[in-house]
Amino acid sequence: MSDVPMLEMRGITKRFPGVLANYRVDFDVRSGEVHTLLGENGAGKSTLMKILYGLYQADEGEILLNGEPVEIHSPMDAIERNIGMIHQHFMLVETLTVAENVALGLPSDRGFRTDLDAVSERIEALAERYGLSIDPSAIVWQLAVGQRQRVEIIKALYREANLLILDEPTAVLTPQEVDQLFVTLRQMTADGRGLIFISHKLHEVLALSDRITVLRQGHITGKVPVEGATRESLAEMMVGRQVKLVPDKPPVEVGSAALEISGLRVVGDRGHETVRGLNLEVRAGEILGIAGVSGNGQREMAQAIAGLREVTGGSIRIGGVETTNLKPAEIRKHGLAYVTEGRLRDGAIADFSVSENIMLIDHADPRYLNRGLMDFRAIREHSQMLVDQYAVKTPNLETPAKNLSGGNIQKMILAREMSGTPTVLVASQPTRGVDIGAAEYIHSRLVQQRAEDTAILMISEDLDEVFALSDRIAVIYEGEIIGIVDPAAATREQVGLMMAGVRPEA
Amino acid sequence: MATAETNRRSRPKFVAYLVPLAAVVVALGIGAIMLGLLGASPIEGFRAMLKGAFGSSDALIETALKATPLLFVGVGITIAFRANVINIGGEGQMVAGALLATAIALALPDLPAVVMLPTVLVAGIVGGAAWGAVPGALKAYYNVNEILSTIMLNVVAVQLMNYLLRGPMIDPGELERGTRIPQTARLQEGADLPLLFGGGRLHIGPLVAVLAAIGAYILLWRTPLGYRVRAVGLSPDAARYAGISVKRTIVLAMTMSGAMSGLAGAVLVFGSESHRMVTDGSTVGFTGSAGFNGIVAALFGGLHPLWTIPASFMFGGLLVGGIALQRAVQVPSALIMALNGLVVVFVVASDRWKKRLQEQPVHLDDVAPNPPPPRETVVDGGGGP
Repeated sequence: MSDVPMLEMRGITKRFPGVLANYRVDFDVRSGEVHTLLGENGAGKSTLMKILYGLYQADEGEILLNGEPVEIHSPMDAIERNIGMIHQHFMLVETLTVAENVALGLPSDRGFRTDLDAVSERIEALAERYGLSIDPSAIVWQLAVGQRQRVEIIKALYREANLLILDEPTAVLTPQEVDQLFVTLRQMTADGRGLIFISHKLHEVLALSDRITVLRQGHITGKVPVEGATRESLAEMMVGRQVKLVPDKPPVEVGSAALEISGLRVVGDRGHETVRGLNLEVRAGEILGIAGVSGNGQREMAQAIAGLREVTGGSIRIGGVETTNLKPAEIRKHGLAYVTEGRLRDGAIADFSVSENIMLIDHADPRYLNRGLMDFRAIREHSQMLVDQYAVKTPNLETPAKNLSGGNIQKMILAREMSGTPTVLVASQPTRGVDIGAAEYIHSRLVQQRAEDTAILMISEDLDEVFALSDRIAVIYEGEIIGIVDPAAATREQVGLMMAGVRPEA
Repeated sequence: MATAETNRRSRPKFVAYLVPLAAVVVALGIGAIMLGLLGASPIEGFRAMLKGAFGSSDALIETALKATPLLFVGVGITIAFRANVINIGGEGQMVAGALLATAIALALPDLPAVVMLPTVLVAGIVGGAAWGAVPGALKAYYNVNEILSTIMLNVVAVQLMNYLLRGPMIDPGELERGTRIPQTARLQEGADLPLLFGGGRLHIGPLVAVLAAIGAYILLWRTPLGYRVRAVGLSPDAARYAGISVKRTIVLAMTMSGAMSGLAGAVLVFGSESHRMVTDGSTVGFTGSAGFNGIVAALFGGLHPLWTIPASFMFGGLLVGGIALQRAVQVPSALIMALNGLVVVFVVASDRWKKRLQEQPVHLDDVAPNPPPPRETVVDGGGGP
């Protein structure tokens, strides 16, 4: 193996109108290593990779492959130079088979006809070598998410990619699938391939990488070998200050059950029952974390609690009062607050101002009315108070929500939901896609709310978050709670197995 | 330095509002070419047009009267569009309002004038509101596309008008004379819209329309109901999540929208010079297409009730001026219709550009100071297996 890196990007600078996406970024990958790009949303990771993949052109700087300067003008160029990219959102044709997807766009020996048998054979060989069990004749829409990702990887390997960009490949996987993926990736590096791993999950980064480059606002703020790096040191480089990844949780006297769900049945969007006889109790002063692979009924359960989806069986009680199938506004009157997973889908209105969004629930409350008209002074005072209290970074109260960052929108929503001191707070993916600083703040707020005797039901796909915050962890699988564990006693592996449907030994 | 380069060039806000004006200018430019091709002088034509629309107090009054139904309809359209309901039923709602108001005036000829005028105006509101509420409810509860249902209800309303004005509501005099012109008798004088400034032609209609626009502004931006209308229009999911009844809000928005058009219809009848309701049998004979042109006025006004006031006045001027242009340079009347059509097409199409210009993303990260130079010294670990 030569000393010349497979890839060298030198002094890459890329400007967009008003944004400096990359500034004099140096990045290199050697054959046989995993080099991780770490950074918050908007730090410039994607831009750098899009430049490498030919989707953008750098304003300054150069790219060298195996020591040779190259110009990459399009993904076609990149693929020709054996660069592959596994996108976060899969680029597969769902109605075609695995083999057809792999063959798509490749020249065939048979002219206009594709030799699918030959393709299938090679897929099987690749699959065996890299532990990617897949049936080449399976139709893609029938495959689970983890399997689809394997198809993407095979596609890249089939095109003889030596340098592979993996853009947040673990975002959609269960812990077991992540382990499997890592086995595959290690086999690939052992064969001399170079991998660029993009992620913001710190424990995965530490588990997989050889080297780590940290970007913040387009600048490199750290370049370290994995030895000696810790989650805290990496987070600090990402954010630029010390970060508390696990909030201090003072003990709280747990009260009586504030949210009682028994035998809950709910039908999902596609007409299938997605919540199937779910039982759960959340007590005042506790955070109950729901762990589960997305699509196991979490969303439908939360919507049913909030009255946004019809309950077809069972019952829900809030503070001892039956609220099953009441209207959303009535359920809120009984003390429910709900932070939805869709920040700008239903949690807030993108084109409404910060102040208008804060009034979403209480816009007709007599406190904010003056002779039937909205009392803008009272509204402004109330909004300003919440914006200050929850450290929402906004130019002013009239700024449309869509101009705020995800973290600030989430803080605004949280401020609104918690302003009434709810009996029960349902928080779905409270920090998904939010930068570390904001996540830290949101976590501390949830802990604070717990001290005020709110029962908090937190649904999250981020196991770190579930472990860091929960007093109890309930694992949801196919619409049922298949077990509740104590985060202090349980391991990630145990919870991971349960998420995959393995019931704990009683 | 990098900091200087990240400074955003910002665009003043009013630029976006100039887009519809530019669209009108371009449309008129094409009109000028058409005039030229017909051998007429565009300059002379447009001069006559301006003079005819705004050049004298008579012209201004004519323009204001022409603008009145546009403004009513435009304000109504604004309310519906703000709830994201595309109400194309201004025509039908005008006719429905006018019919109910006329029927009441015919049925209760002995009401004293003080009661009569408010009664017929309210009847206009009620008629239009009902004609708007139906497609609103169909959309809210049965997911019926409102564009189709409102257009179809336009046809229903016009045919109903043709039937009523030829049959039950026809002027008995027409039957006696055997002329059978489809129109009502001269309506009771108590229902005549009071004239402003002593005589002349200017009645209170334009004033009422301006008040309606101000009222709609207050409704949309100062009341909880208006807040709900806008919330439902921008994000029905978020509105539902917040406990707002999306269905009820949609029906209410369409009801209010129809009410405005219904009032336009009543004002057309009781402010007309003949003080009768007349039909020529066509779909746009009675309304003069105000039910459609009002939509353009609303879009021209950026779906803002207050901006719809000048927008309607300008569009009214275009209609009045068009007639003057035609007289001055002797072109076929079809050209005037084409000219108006061009303006409509350009204004509606320019909406996209206007929206794009209004997008002015502000990234807080840009405002924040740039990060410090790398603190961690580069440690080249080498990696490798």
